[in-house]
Amino acid sequence: MGLVPVTPGPSLVDAGISPADAALLRRLVPAMPTAWHRLNPLTKATIAAGESIGAFVLGGYLGPLLILALVIVPSAVVARVAGRLLRVSILVSLPIAVSVVLVTVFTRAGPTVLFTIGPFVATLEGADFAGQVLVRLLVLATALGLFGMTTEPRALVFDLERRGVSPRLGFAAAATLETIPAMAERAAAIQAAQRARGLDTEGGIRARLRGVLPLVVPVVLSSLTEVEERSLALEVRAFGRPGHRHLLWTIGDAAWERPVRWGIVIAVIGVGVARLAGAWPHIP
Amino acid sequence: MLELRGVSYRYPGYATQVLRDLDLTIADGEIVGLVGANEAGKSTLCLVASGLAPASIGGRLTGSLLIDGEPMTGRAPHELAERVVAGFQDPATQRSGVAATVFEEVALGPMNLGLAVAQTVGRTRAALAALGIEALAERHPSRLSGGQSQLVALASLLVMRPRHMVLDEPAARLDPAGTNLVAGAIRALAATGAGLLIAEHRTDLLDGLCGRIVVLDGGCVVLDGPAGEVFADDRIEGFGVEPPARIRLARALAARGLDPALIVLDADATPVRGVASPDPAAAPSAPA
Repeated sequence: MGLVPVTPGPSLVDAGISPADAALLRRLVPAMPTAWHRLNPLTKATIAAGESIGAFVLGGYLGPLLILALVIVPSAVVARVAGRLLRVSILVSLPIAVSVVLVTVFTRAGPTVLFTIGPFVATLEGADFAGQVLVRLLVLATALGLFGMTTEPRALVFDLERRGVSPRLGFAAAATLETIPAMAERAAAIQAAQRARGLDTEGGIRARLRGVLPLVVPVVLSSLTEVEERSLALEVRAFGRPGHRHLLWTIGDAAWERPVRWGIVIAVIGVGVARLAGAWPHIP
Repeated sequence: MLELRGVSYRYPGYATQVLRDLDLTIADGEIVGLVGANEAGKSTLCLVASGLAPASIGGRLTGSLLIDGEPMTGRAPHELAERVVAGFQDPATQRSGVAATVFEEVALGPMNLGLAVAQTVGRTRAALAALGIEALAERHPSRLSGGQSQLVALASLLVMRPRHMVLDEPAARLDPAGTNLVAGAIRALAATGAGLLIAEHRTDLLDGLCGRIVVLDGGCVVLDGPAGEVFADDRIEGFGVEPPARIRLARALAARGLDPALIVLDADATPVRGVASPDPAAAPSAPA
């Protein structure tokens, strides 16, 4: 697929290192097996944001479906993650999709009644609205999913830092992502410890509710302790030092990527303004 | 040399002083063990000695922290990073969370110092080599054993090339194999010329590792001397410190009328001389 030109890929930002060290640093760079992976992280983030916002701005069915068919699916094919992306996107958006269908189909008033269940009336207008929301939701899930599957957080963090964003912001984002599985792991350990002491965490709702407090309190308190210790551990490694850091590697940014990013931003803003002004034609 | 002179400290929001008029000196290359009962003030002393208290956690400090005679009190922790660093007991909380390889994790400190890439790489390689963990360089930091994780945490401190290190129970969460790894690493750190203060409950770890032991009680230094003398001091248990197995075994032998002077164990509790007994029939076999 020749739609995506090959970008420079990773680059070492400092000269004067030995070939052996340069080889080591290259091995540290996240794997970028396809042309899509090799895009600059900011470009991928801009594309994902543009696709997501674009689907909501265009509305209807056709606009979001065109974004899906002409941009997201080909990109996923280039990145060789199409099958996994579809599975993960459906799995992640399924609970929201079910809620949207239940709420909109039965609560949106309209003259065309499809069927009734007791006091609930399903209307064609409600089903139509639910369909439009689902299409946008699918675009949102696949766009963000493609970004997540093809971009390592540290690559984005380093790229943003290279552009002048504070490393503290990047650290906060990356650390938050790591905190979630760490908290789940700690909660499981605390649950096992409390059960060993006789706490009943299974059975009826009452028993489960009784078991919540002895789990939540230690999890929260230990998380707070961990946050303090983690911040102290970073302090002793000079994380609070102001000034420039020399990064070990960054992802390249091809000359054509910057105009593409600006093009996406301008296009999304332009369509949004046109829609608000009523100058954009209605697309079904 | 790291010195604490007349140090008293209380945490923010508390009226009670956790450390009281404390004096302590740690020479370059010296390994000092810090023991005491729970709440004796060991962890607080670690925070003060490393400059984290009160700079990072607040509180009120009187007295002074000096490194090589230069006052460090009131300086930001990043200004002290190449002079004194602190390590904590849980290696998981010492990970930055932003590195996908051990090499990048260890390299974070030199990067923070603003060093050029070539210097960062050189320091990182040297730190990994000093602790014998070069083979872990390309592994993910969260997919290591407890002992390996603590070695990575120690390498992350060593790479700062500090003059002194303060370690708060560095082996608390480790199994015996991991503890041995860390003990070896501590010896390697001292061999680089760094002065080390190690707060630890397990006196068996400190026995044979530290040349000097400081006993803390109620925020005050109550015993300070050569490890052999302090551990053999009868008062040590009164301060909530269990003597090493070597000492307890010798005392048990003495209580049974056996000559404790004739038992010699090395740091791994392996008998290197036999036990002599006035009554061969009553003598136990050589303890393992």
